[in-house]
Amino acid sequence: MVDITFGPEPGKRPDLNNPTEAYIHQTRRKRLYGFILLILFVALMASGFKTAQDRNAGDFLSGLHQLHAFPAEVLSEAWTNRANIPALLWQYLPSLIETINIAAAATLLGGAFGAFLALGSTRHLARFPILTPLFRRSADIMRAIPEIVIALILIFILGGGPVPAVLAIAFHTAGALGKLFSESAENADLKPVEGLASTGASWSQQIWLGILPQVAPNWLSYALLRFEINIRASAILGFVGSGGIGYDLKLAMQWGGGKYDQVIAIFALLFCAIVVFDQLSGYARNRLVKGQ
Amino acid sequence: MTDASQFGTAYATVQHQFKTRRLTAFSIPVLLLIYLSYLFISFDIPGLAARARMDNAKILLSDFVAYKTHVTRDNRTDKLSVSIEGEAKATFAPNQYPAWVKTDGDTTTIDLGKDNIVTYDTRGARYNVPGYGVIDIQPESGKLKLTAPQPIPDWINVTDTRISVTTPQGRFAYSRSKVETFKYQPGWALFFFTLDSPFYDKSYGQLTAILGGERLDPARSNLSYMASEFWHNKQWHHGDVAWALFETVLMAFLGTMGAALIALPLAFLAASNFTPFRSVRFAFRRLFDFVRGVDGLIWTIILSRAFGPGPMTGALAILLTDSGTFGKTFSEALENIDEKQVEGIRSTGAGPLQRARFGVLPQIAPILLSQVLYYLESNTRSATVIGAIVGGGIGLLLTQAIITQKDWEDVAYYMILIVLMVMAMDSFSGWLRRKLIGR
Repeated sequence: MVDITFGPEPGKRPDLNNPTEAYIHQTRRKRLYGFILLILFVALMASGFKTAQDRNAGDFLSGLHQLHAFPAEVLSEAWTNRANIPALLWQYLPSLIETINIAAAATLLGGAFGAFLALGSTRHLARFPILTPLFRRSADIMRAIPEIVIALILIFILGGGPVPAVLAIAFHTAGALGKLFSESAENADLKPVEGLASTGASWSQQIWLGILPQVAPNWLSYALLRFEINIRASAILGFVGSGGIGYDLKLAMQWGGGKYDQVIAIFALLFCAIVVFDQLSGYARNRLVKGQ
Repeated sequence: MTDASQFGTAYATVQHQFKTRRLTAFSIPVLLLIYLSYLFISFDIPGLAARARMDNAKILLSDFVAYKTHVTRDNRTDKLSVSIEGEAKATFAPNQYPAWVKTDGDTTTIDLGKDNIVTYDTRGARYNVPGYGVIDIQPESGKLKLTAPQPIPDWINVTDTRISVTTPQGRFAYSRSKVETFKYQPGWALFFFTLDSPFYDKSYGQLTAILGGERLDPARSNLSYMASEFWHNKQWHHGDVAWALFETVLMAFLGTMGAALIALPLAFLAASNFTPFRSVRFAFRRLFDFVRGVDGLIWTIILSRAFGPGPMTGALAILLTDSGTFGKTFSEALENIDEKQVEGIRSTGAGPLQRARFGVLPQIAPILLSQVLYYLESNTRSATVIGAIVGGGIGLLLTQAIITQKDWEDVAYYMILIVLMVMAMDSFSGWLRRKLIGR
C-alpha cells in the first residue's frame, strides 16, 4: 500500500527471506555515515587548530614547555614572601565581597526582570497574549549580548566601579533567566489559576497565589545556578575594567614580578569563593528541587 | 471520635506553623530590603549621578546613528580640508566635495540645512543662523572679534582665543589656528565604499549599471572589483571583522569539542560504576572541581603567559575550564545509566571497550550531545570576553574600539554582529540537536 502511494524507496529492496543480509547492509551503511562524520569532525578540529595556531603569537608545542614556567615563577616568589599572604588575604577581602555583591545584586535585579519577561512570554499566563512574541524576542536578544559589551559602554558613561558591572550582568541574566523561568512556568498546573479566576481574583492575584507557589522552587534553583555563573562573570568584568577583585588582579598582574604574592592571594580568594558558593548553592538547589 | 486533648495539640501545632510561615513571609522581604540598602550605600549609588557623564551618553547615541563631516580651514595656511569624522584616510579630494560645500576662490560656503549658512573668507568667518542673525568673527591683532546680535545666547561660547556655536544643525568653532564646522548626517558613512573607491557615492541603479558596463579595471570583472573594494574597505575593515568573528567561533568550537574529547574518557574514571577504586574516583573528581573552580579568568592569564596572545590561547582556556565541567556532568550521566544493557553486551563476551562502546555510549550520547551543544552556544559568548583578555577575535576589536572612545559607530556595528553571531550559533546548535537527538 505504501509503495503504491509513495513509490518504492530508492535502492535495493531488502530480501525478506534473508534478513541477516539486510541487517548487515543497514549496519554497514550506518557505520559508513558515522565514519564520514568522524573524519569530517577530525578534519574540522585539525584545520581549526592549525588556523588558531597560525594566528596565535606563540606556538603550541614550544608554549607547552613554558606552561609551568609562569606558575612556578609565581609560586616560588610567593613562597619567599609567604609571610605577607595572610595580611594580603585580609587586605583583598573587601574586593572579594564587592565581587560577590556585584553578582548578588545582578542576580536579584536580573531575576526580577527575568520573572517579568517570563510572565510576559508564557502562553496561558501572559496578561497580553498578543505581546508574547515581543517578550520572547527581547529575552533572546538580552541573552545574546555578552556582558562585556554593556559593561564597557556603561563604564564610558558612568565611570568605573561596580554599577556598570551590575547592570551589564543583570541585563544578560534577565534574558537567560527569562527563558528558563518561562519554560518552567509553562509546565505549571493551570487548575489553581482557574480556581482563583472563578472566585474573581485579578490577574496579579492569580499569578501571585496560583503560579508563583508552584514555580518558586524551580525559579529559585535557576537563580542560584545563575548566581554561581555571575560570580565568575563579575570577576572577569573586574579584570576588564569595573571594580571588584578582578580589577585588583589586573593591577597586581600588570606590575609583573615583585607582586606575585598579591596575585597568589587573589587567586586563592577567588578559588575559595567560587568553590564555596558552588557547594552552597548545589546543596540548596538539591534541597529545593528534591524536597530534602 | 476525636480526643479533645489531641485536637488541642493539633490546633496548637497548626497555629504555630501558621505563625512561622507568616514570619518567614515577612522576614524575607525585610532581609532583602536591608541587603539592598547596604548595597545602595556600598556601591555609592547617590554619588553615581555626580560621576555619570551624560554628555558621553549623548556622543555615544548620536555616533551610533549618525556621522559628522568636518569642514576645516587652517587659518595660517588657508588650506581647506573636508573629511568624515576628521580622519585623514576619509578626506575628500578637492574635486569631490559634497554638494553642501561650495568653494569659490578663497570663499567657502557651507550649507548646514534649514538656511543655516557658514561662510569662510579672507576676513574671517560668518555663521548665519535663521531667527537669530549673523555671527561674524574676525581676527584682529591676535584676538577674535565677535559681532553678533546682543545679548549673546548661551549656545554661543566666547573666550579670547576660541568662539564656538552649537545649533541643532551642526557645530562651528573658530580659534586662531583654525576654523571648523561639523555637519551631522544620519547613517554610517563609507560603510560600503570609501572615498577613493570608484564606487563611492553611487546609487543602487548606478551600481547595477556599472556591473553590466565596461570593466573599470581590465584585470578583473566589475563584480569582483566591487566585492574586493567592499571587503577591503579601509574605514570599516569588513574582511578583518569577518575574520575576527570567525576566530571567536573557532575558539568556542575548539574549546568546547576539545574539552568534551578530554572529559569523556576521564569521566569513566570518576564514575562509581566503572571505577571500583575509591581513591582514583576521588582524585579525578577533585581534579574536575579544581579545574572548574580555578575559573576561565585565571586559566586565561596563565595560558597567555605561556602561549602568547591569540585565538589558540583563548581556545585552550575554554578547553581547560570546560573539561572540568564536562567531566563532572558526564560522570554523573554515567552513574545514572541503565546497567541492563551493559549486562546484555557482557553476556555476549564483550570486553570493557566494547561494553563501553555498545552498552554505555548509546545511552549517554543524547545527554552528552545536548550538553556539548549548549556549551558551544554559551562559549561563543565567553569567547568574546576571553578574546578581549587574550587579544583575539571580535572581543579584541570591540575593546579597542571602545577604548579609543571615538569610533562608536564601529562599536554599534560590532555589537550588532556579536548579537547576530550568538543568535546564529544558538539556532545552529538547536538545529543540530534536533537533527542528532530528535528533540
